[in-house]
Amino acid sequence: MVAFRFHQYQVVGRGLPSAIDEHPKIYRMKLWATNEVRAKSKFWYFLRKLKKVKKSNGQVLAINEIFERNPTKIKNYGIWLRYQSRTGYHNMYKEFRDTTLNGAVEQMYNEMASRHRVRSHCIQIIKTATIPSKLCKRESTKQFHDSKIKFPLVFKKVRPPTRKLKTTFKASRPNLFM
Amino acid sequence: MPFKRYVEIGRVALVNYGKEYGRLVVIVDVIDQNRALVDAPDMVRGQMNFKRLSLTDIKIDIPRVPKKKTLIDAMEAADVKNKWENSSWGRKLIVQKRRAALNDFDRFKVMLAKIKRGGAIRQELAKLKKASSA
Repeated sequence: MVAFRFHQYQVVGRGLPSAIDEHPKIYRMKLWATNEVRAKSKFWYFLRKLKKVKKSNGQVLAINEIFERNPTKIKNYGIWLRYQSRTGYHNMYKEFRDTTLNGAVEQMYNEMASRHRVRSHCIQIIKTATIPSKLCKRESTKQFHDSKIKFPLVFKKVRPPTRKLKTTFKASRPNLFM
Repeated sequence: MPFKRYVEIGRVALVNYGKEYGRLVVIVDVIDQNRALVDAPDMVRGQMNFKRLSLTDIKIDIPRVPKKKTLIDAMEAADVKNKWENSSWGRKLIVQKRRAALNDFDRFKVMLAKIKRGGAIRQELAKLKKASSA
């Protein structure tokens, strides 16, 4: 697939050791960001809201990118998110069918932007999970849980195989039947 | 008129856009309304948008998301390669490829062959005209 906009990172950090606390607790977070720098920044943002620690008195111990273990297997992903609309904050649960978690997250961001006009910086991902087919809630994902799935492609888009062969005018009208 | 070519598991399709242009692939699963998981004997299984696929008439019998070996065996059993190369669509593509790969001497030979064929047709036509007018 084309390069993903959002990568999944695991960030591990803790407060700096001090006289009162020789071995501060270490915290790990899995989050989505476009690059590593942003991932570290997001880590501190969330950790500040949970514990009394800031970037100035803490340290990031490790940051690793997490890759998809099985990118050729189709999975149903459930994503719990918290987003800011024009009138307040709301929680939401969305389901997506995709081969990779990064792909599903990218689908989620695109769908939130198109359906609710929510930009990516107003979305916080609370939790993601791979859902077995029996527990899916949305009809739009459940309709593909059919081992004998069969449907026709109704409309054939006629286009040249490379953009170089594109022309403005054509001699005859295209045949759109598949 | 009703549809004859359906997106289903085992449908053989031709890729008509992008990096894999011209390759015959098998649809092994449907991800959602726009994408399918496709597989071919010599490529890594991946997802592809239906907009990049042209469905063919050939369908093979496979379970959902088969192992590579099962897929290759099923393709051999259904004889996809020969069916494709003998179909009119497949033959047209082969001819196109041949014509694109001609060198100047080949094109000269084609020109001579065309002239010869045209001459033979006109002779026959003249004979038939004479026979019908006489």
